[in-house]
Amino acid sequence: MKYVISLSLGFVIGIVLFVGGLLYNPFFEDSSVSPLSVSDAEIMSLGFSAAPSETIVYSNNGESSDRPHPEKVLQLWEAPIRSSSVMATLLFDARGRAAGIGIKFSSRSERTSLLDGQALVDSVWHVYLPERGSVFIQQSENFWSYLRDIVLPAYRSPANNWKGQWMGHTTAGPHALGMAAASGGSGALQGLEMNAIESLTATAFSTSRGLLSAEGRLVIELPVVTDEDDSASIE
Amino acid sequence: MKTFLAGIVLGVVAAATALYAFPAVDLYREASIISVAVNGGNREAFHINVPMDRIMVGAPGQARTVPEGLDWPTDDVLATVRAEIFKIRNERDIVVGIASRVAAKSGDRDVIEWVLHLPARGSMYVTMDPTPRQGGFRLGDLRNGAHEFAPLTGVLTERWVADTSGEEDAPAGRIELMASYVGQPESLQ
Repeated sequence: MKYVISLSLGFVIGIVLFVGGLLYNPFFEDSSVSPLSVSDAEIMSLGFSAAPSETIVYSNNGESSDRPHPEKVLQLWEAPIRSSSVMATLLFDARGRAAGIGIKFSSRSERTSLLDGQALVDSVWHVYLPERGSVFIQQSENFWSYLRDIVLPAYRSPANNWKGQWMGHTTAGPHALGMAAASGGSGALQGLEMNAIESLTATAFSTSRGLLSAEGRLVIELPVVTDEDDSASIE
Repeated sequence: MKTFLAGIVLGVVAAATALYAFPAVDLYREASIISVAVNGGNREAFHINVPMDRIMVGAPGQARTVPEGLDWPTDDVLATVRAEIFKIRNERDIVVGIASRVAAKSGDRDVIEWVLHLPARGSMYVTMDPTPRQGGFRLGDLRNGAHEFAPLTGVLTERWVADTSGEEDAPAGRIELMASYVGQPESLQ
């Protein structure tokens, strides 16, 4: 009998050790440094409210901690879309002025691998900026750091919430250096192929109401116009 | 002590095996209904039942908002923008994805664009020619895509079809979207 108890106790401790090792694995990539921070190219920066209650519209299957907004919005309960969410939000330029509208579709990714520290979401942005044109951004996002640093501490907290200052880049591909692929569709951006990075700054999370206070940012790297390009266009 | 240590190793191995063997995400897939087009490529039809499948209709000065309680921004920059979000259905009338449609006036040009997001398959970005063709449909180019749609080019048509059934619970009409995909030619090596 004592062997069974000893084995069971060891088994449980083994699982706890494994989960602890997984959560605090120092070899998992940290998402705090943006590849675009060292870019020489012109940057377009668009800020937005990322907390569902501060967006124009946010909808999901209604069972997540992030609550649909407004309350009576149609929910995504059908089987093919119940792992997805959609958000429409006002986008602001670097000076804080309204610049356009952004609609983001997100779906949990089957490439998620918790063993590798990857909690992946496939997302696309449909961005329309009346003064510049439109952009389609496709990306994979890794929410591992977000889950580890915000969601887990919130569930461990007696008050079931988290408050602090967390900043991370969620974009994890498909372009080189973990950047998103952006494609211009109209206006001055038409025909441009670009890189982009999405980041999130969160300050409050509740297990019952999801993100309460968060700012998102889309940083788009515009192509560098070289002298060769200029001469080609003149010719 | 040996039994205890063996238990720890067993626990670590069991947890790692469980994480490896069982997928963390297993998306539901609805079988695609794709037909071969006469002149090459593949065709796939989607539709949106209006008003049932409307998630959002964002435009300035609406008397009745969709969804109820929508607070559409009053900023001047969005004065000529109309943004809509819908659920999209396949030919069996099953919801298979979500889509956005943005229509705007940019200077003297009209802009109409779609993004179709089909979870477990990918997304399409389509820019439409704002001028309707004969037959009342608009034609657009599949400009970019994600995942399954990334290597494809093609066109998408949109058409409004009013309901004439007269049934009490029938939709007011439907937006029909017909996608025609053409793959990139492969090397013969």
